[in-house]
Amino acid sequence: MSEARTASGNRPLSPHLQIYRPLVNMTMSILHRITGAALYFGSLLLAWWLIAAAVGPDYFNYVNAIFASLPGKIVLFGFTWALLHHMMGGIRHFIWDTGRGFDIPTVKMLSIMSGVVSVAATLAIWGVVHFAG
Amino acid sequence: MNMRTPLKNVRHLGSAKEGADHFWMQRVTAVANLFLGLFLVWLIASLVGADHAGVKAALSHPIIAVLLAMLIISATIHMRLGMQVIIEDYITGEGSKVVLLLLNNFFAILVGAASVWAILKLSFA
Repeated sequence: MSEARTASGNRPLSPHLQIYRPLVNMTMSILHRITGAALYFGSLLLAWWLIAAAVGPDYFNYVNAIFASLPGKIVLFGFTWALLHHMMGGIRHFIWDTGRGFDIPTVKMLSIMSGVVSVAATLAIWGVVHFAG
Repeated sequence: MNMRTPLKNVRHLGSAKEGADHFWMQRVTAVANLFLGLFLVWLIASLVGADHAGVKAALSHPIIAVLLAMLIISATIHMRLGMQVIIEDYITGEGSKVVLLLLNNFFAILVGAASVWAILKLSFA
């Protein structure tokens, strides 16, 4: 287990995640951090794609084929959702930064909305791309 | 008589003498990322199925190249700040914390530099 290395040694730790019943605002907050971390490493995919385009047609086609494969598509679908979910979480933080929306019903409503909107927008984008292309 | 403004007193506070710079930069880049991220989604969606010549033509367009480079810079600053907080939250050992914070800086700068290089090459080569 985690060891608090402090001057006083064995300090009691505050209750952590596994103690609490999951709530929607807590879940969305955790997902905000997880999607942020995922996008951190996902930035490699964008860099890879840009570099492939810069290198030349052969390497670009090779990389594009990887992204177009089923595992590639699943990763890109997850990337899309992570980006949109992190965006929705960001908008929630902008609202909170103005000092508004701190009452429990609003927090709950904003949390549910960010989940619903991110999933709906991801499906809509992939739907549009699929049926337009 | 104290000639200092309240702003002057707040500046350079905190253990890293950064005041609210971290928080503020995270928010400034967040606003930029909101718009530039939507631009990226549109750009990628519009390039699905395009061949290399089409992608190169799109990415070397001045407006798209500049917006893309701005997104890369804003996003890498934002993700560097975000990962810094994650590391500071979860890594308690002082040595491993410093190493990871260094790697975080290097990673963000590497991703940013490599991506901007690709955009410049697409535009000028």
